[in-house]
Amino acid sequence: MSQPTTYNLSARVMHWGMAFLLFSMLFAGLAMVQSLQPWHLTLLGLHKSFGVIALIAVMVRLIIRLRTATPAMPDSIPALQKRIAHASHWLLYAAMFAMPLSGYFMQNAAGRPVAVFDLFTLPAVMPVSLPLYGFFREVHALVAWALIALVLVHIAAALHHGLVKRDGVLQSMTGRKK
Amino acid sequence: MLKQKPSALPLRYAVIIGAVGGLGALLFAVAGGLGQSSVTAQDFVNLQEGNNPHLGFRRAHAKGFCIAGEFVSNGSLQPYSIAPQFAATSTPFVGRISIAGNNPTAPDLNAPVRSLALSFGAGSSRWLTAMNTPPVMAVGTPEAFYQQIQALSPDPETGERNPERIQAFFATHPETQTFRNWQAGYTPTASFASEIYHSINAFYLINENGDRQAVRWAAMPTISSNEELDSENVNALQNEFFARVEAQPVAFDLTFTFANDSDDETNPTVLWPEDRQQVVAGQIVVHQAMPENEGNCNEINFDPLVLPKGMAATADPILRARSAAYAESYRRRAREHFLNSSLQPSPQKESENSQ
Ligand code: HEM
Ligand code: HEM
Ligand code: HEM
Repeated sequence: MSQPTTYNLSARVMHWGMAFLLFSMLFAGLAMVQSLQPWHLTLLGLHKSFGVIALIAVMVRLIIRLRTATPAMPDSIPALQKRIAHASHWLLYAAMFAMPLSGYFMQNAAGRPVAVFDLFTLPAVMPVSLPLYGFFREVHALVAWALIALVLVHIAAALHHGLVKRDGVLQSMTGRKK
Repeated sequence: MLKQKPSALPLRYAVIIGAVGGLGALLFAVAGGLGQSSVTAQDFVNLQEGNNPHLGFRRAHAKGFCIAGEFVSNGSLQPYSIAPQFAATSTPFVGRISIAGNNPTAPDLNAPVRSLALSFGAGSSRWLTAMNTPPVMAVGTPEAFYQQIQALSPDPETGERNPERIQAFFATHPETQTFRNWQAGYTPTASFASEIYHSINAFYLINENGDRQAVRWAAMPTISSNEELDSENVNALQNEFFARVEAQPVAFDLTFTFANDSDDETNPTVLWPEDRQQVVAGQIVVHQAMPENEGNCNEINFDPLVLPKGMAATADPILRARSAAYAESYRRRAREHFLNSSLQPSPQKESENSQ
């Protein structure tokens, strides 16, 4: 059976939905840790709630990814470049998991409940500990910058395929007209 | 595949560089403070920690010790709040008694402000409160508080406070008057157990109908103490408290003051009139005191915006500013403990021996 030329609809919806969510999370995170303004409390609450949504979303997305066929990259792309492209996708997944998990764990280590939209509170899976908080807090910040770097390269590559090479790779994620 | 016109190529590259570069630059700018008001949490903590931060310690209220005990509620706040702490029951707490300042070895008796911080309950009923001896803040915004600390700090060159700068600050901030009146009339007592500790900022109690009542609270002492302490001993107050708790529990009445419609619950610089309704919610009973390295208060960030269901934060700008500043101080000291596991949370054992 031949491989599809585009990611299937669910994969595309997850991709673009999460791209929007993750950028919002990054901007919110970077701004709120500096702010002494009254909106800090509100934004922090939203950040944690949507962060948990992002964790659930990336789990769903991984399952979709593992269970559906992905489009073949065009033959014009050298084998090494294909491998790098694949590796970068898995690194993106690693970062998409590490962000919300480190956020959740740091809140556990700080002894602070993670409430999702006031609906329910996640259980603590980590003991309260100052060095553990220190670790996960720094991981949260470092992985955020790693994610930013990866995504910027990722976007540059996607646009390069779409605008310069025009080899159908960008369309594999945007969808194409039948 | 379409053949593209070569002339369009530079433009296409420009689009890519513009899009990626623009996005990167925007993220970088936001991380660097784009859109922030004049003072950020990092600026604040930089100012508080000074030029030689004490690694591993809180950047404010650095010197303190852990306490543990229970809050014995009498149930009288139940009509006003659904927080489980206010049912007629007793809730264990972990807490911390401290003095203001960034120096973990500062002499107890020189501190202008003494503090009591408490943590009760878990999960969605967790409540953290950090209280100080003054009943009001001198100023009502984080920006003005930043200027106040700047004005009160010793001059880096002379090592002395600059009275003119202090005068100038107070002259341009008439809202400091209530605080200064309190300061003029306040005599520190001879024990942490005989001080009044105020929430200063106001909060809302919320009952099962969703009604909100603005309140402030204070831990009121149940004993008085004016005995002479050894002014040479840098740990005079700590030692006194440890000995006192050893002998018998130390109790405070947790007293709530209810605002009227005419009171502005978002302004921490004004006292509410004396005739406001007061409700004693129960007693804070301290059973144990231990150095930070033996207790479990050091890992707590007493962020006053961690409130149980049944309580909520007012829009008081000082209250809202505390959360991000505490988190920045917490981040720094936690990182230092992660990187250097031999950091001791509390030096008081050594200083006791060296007396
Ligand atoms: C995809 C998910 C997430 C992303 C992209 C993200 C991103 C960020 C970023 C960029 C920061 C600022 C870091 C800094 O500048 O040092 C931040 C801070 C923070 N994040 Fe997240 N985050 C995510 C999920 C979560 C989750 C699930 C939680 C908790 C349940 C969480 C809790 C926090 C907290 C509490 C802070 C502030 C820490 C402080 O005040 O020092 N985050 N986040
Ligand atoms: C936070 C932002 C983003 C993340 C985390 C992300 C992540 C990913 C991941 C993990 C894949 C692999 C397919 C999958 O499993 O879903 C992928 C594919 C893709 N993404 Fe993104 N993406 C982001 C933003 C963007 C943006 C803004 C663009 C467009 C400019 C883009 C264009 C593409 C394209 C064209 C593919 C298909 C590439 C291929 O199969 O070789 N992505 N993305
Ligand atoms: C904008 C105003 C304020 C700022 C920026 C500020 C800043 C700080 C910081 C950075 C810490 C150290 C946190 C940590 O590392 O855990 C701290 C601790 C503390 N603050 Fe504030 N503070 C402010 C107002 C207040 C007020 C109004 C009160 C009293 C009602 C207060 C009482 C305390 C207490 C008691 C502690 C020590 C808590 C403990 O034992 O851990 N602060 N403050």
